Amino acid sequence: MAKEKMLAVKDLAISFNTYAGELHAVRGIEFDLYKGETLAIVGESGSGKSVSTKAIMSLLPKKSTTIHSGEILFQDQDLLKCTEKEMQHIRGKDIAMIFQDPMTSLNPTMTIGKQIMEPLIIHQNMSKENAQARALKLLELVGIPMPEKRIKQYPHQFSGGMRQRVMIAIALACNPRVLIADEPTTALDVTIQAQIIELMKELQVKMDTSIIFITHDLGVVASVADRVAVMYAGEIVEVGTVDEIFYHPQHPYTWGLLASMPTLEIGNQDLYAIPGSPPNLLHVPNGDAFASRNQYALAIDFEEEPPMFQVSPTHYAATWLLHPDAPDVTPPQEILNRWAKYRKNEVNVYD
Amino acid sequence: MENRFELVSESRTVHQVEKLAEGNSHHDSYFKMLAKRFLKHKMAVIGVVIFTLLILMAILAPVIATHHPAEVTADFEAPPSADYWLGTDEVGRDVFSRLVYGAQVSIIVGVGAVLIYVLIGTVLGLVAGYFGGFIDALIMRITDIFMSFPYFMVILVIVSIIGPNVGTITLVIGFLGWPAVCRLVRGSVLSIKEMDFVQASISVGYSTPKILFKQILPNVMSPILVNATFGVANAILLEASLSFLGMGVRPPASSWGNMLSQAQSLTVLSSEPWLWVPPGLMILLAVLSINFIGDGLRDAIEGETNN
Repeated sequence: MAKEKMLAVKDLAISFNTYAGELHAVRGIEFDLYKGETLAIVGESGSGKSVSTKAIMSLLPKKSTTIHSGEILFQDQDLLKCTEKEMQHIRGKDIAMIFQDPMTSLNPTMTIGKQIMEPLIIHQNMSKENAQARALKLLELVGIPMPEKRIKQYPHQFSGGMRQRVMIAIALACNPRVLIADEPTTALDVTIQAQIIELMKELQVKMDTSIIFITHDLGVVASVADRVAVMYAGEIVEVGTVDEIFYHPQHPYTWGLLASMPTLEIGNQDLYAIPGSPPNLLHVPNGDAFASRNQYALAIDFEEEPPMFQVSPTHYAATWLLHPDAPDVTPPQEILNRWAKYRKNEVNVYD
Repeated sequence: MENRFELVSESRTVHQVEKLAEGNSHHDSYFKMLAKRFLKHKMAVIGVVIFTLLILMAILAPVIATHHPAEVTADFEAPPSADYWLGTDEVGRDVFSRLVYGAQVSIIVGVGAVLIYVLIGTVLGLVAGYFGGFIDALIMRITDIFMSFPYFMVILVIVSIIGPNVGTITLVIGFLGWPAVCRLVRGSVLSIKEMDFVQASISVGYSTPKILFKQILPNVMSPILVNATFGVANAILLEASLSFLGMGVRPPASSWGNMLSQAQSLTVLSSEPWLWVPPGLMILLAVLSINFIGDGLRDAIEGETNN
């Protein structure tokens, strides 16, 4: 089934010029985003997930950022080649963004109504009256009671969850085709998290938006994503459907991530932690960046970077373990259990 | 008898949530909140009352004044009387009428000059802070140069070249006073531009001028406002000093400063207090009331961090 491609990122490499030297934040990533799907990008802090999505919006500081290579194709247009003026037409209209911290993402001196109306006035040339009517509808849509009253209020009169709903209303004001959500639930408490995620899912169906969902919370990933891309040290190490990543992971880093997720069964055992820390991206190591933390590392991991090996038509992983010459390794028990579940599901599918 | 253990229908719970929300929703806007805090500051309220009276005096000068301010009468250096409420000066002009008209000069110079320099300083500060880099360096070096002038001397020199009157004093103070505001605004912009909402508004498609003036400017308004208030008091003092030195408003036009300059002789100081006490008091009142307003504003704005 060929779905319509909304966004294609090709071989994107970004570095920052810092006082300490050149920091390679994103090192050649590729991914596609299809219409109406949610792609989750997961990875630990500093893995380059926010940087790559900010590049899509061209929100990175111009002076200190170098984009070495790559294309970001949106409707046959390379966003990296767009001028600032062209980007202003795309931002908010075709591609919108929700930020992590709703407490600081709204302008404290502007009413909620004005902040929702502004993109409508900018992009759709709406009159004030029409924009206000639409803003009321949007507030209702994102589940804010008494929108007539709330529209005239200021951000400090809203709770965190309510503010995130307002942020969503602003982002969705012009029916964008792509919505980038940069850890939209990280700053919220768990019950509100669930509400916001439900809301986003519901609105995605209504508006047929494609969502890039950045998070480091695997629980959130499981509940929102259609596909998952796992990032490590500026590269995508594994990408697949949510079932493939959760039940049939191939990359040792993904194994580590999944094993370090707390579960109820774990009882009093210590939680698994991936040993070591991510490499210093000022001095990118030779070969696989994960090799030094990888208990399954092969000799070749320290010499050559692994290419993307195909596991299934939708599932790719960058690890030498998938090479035909690689020895068979036994993943941790936790992962084997997951594989077993996957096999069972697969059987069910074909029954 | 109502059964208290019965399940409550969903509509009723929703209704109650909305009611709760309604109870919380009589919040005020930011500026209403500031106004409330400001009104608690007694001295500031007194300042507002006095300054309002001064403005009224300036506007209604033709009605209030008992004589024409430049009209020369036969009675010179006459003490206060029913006809001349505050006596007359050495050429026989009514001191009360001159005092009333003097308010016009002080307010025009004070408010006018500050409006000019706040405008210049704010725009330059916004641009410098937001764009950074070369533009920032250029604007800040110009600011440094302006700040290293002996301010009062430069004003004296320029005013004496282009000719002293209300208009030129206002313009000169206005065009020389902006560096402080510029630095203040730049500093605030540097921190505000890093805030998420600025990036959020870029991501919504705001153009750069809109981000500067709609998103960032309202957030630096409070410090500008406080600075401007104190600036008005300063400008009034500057005008008085210039006029006192004869480089400001020149007779027969009246200003509190040039009225004071008549008190340079010992006889006037010792035996004709009606010539110098009233203008001196007016300057004091104007400056003090404005400073109280500034204090009140600052406290109202800073109070938000305490609450």
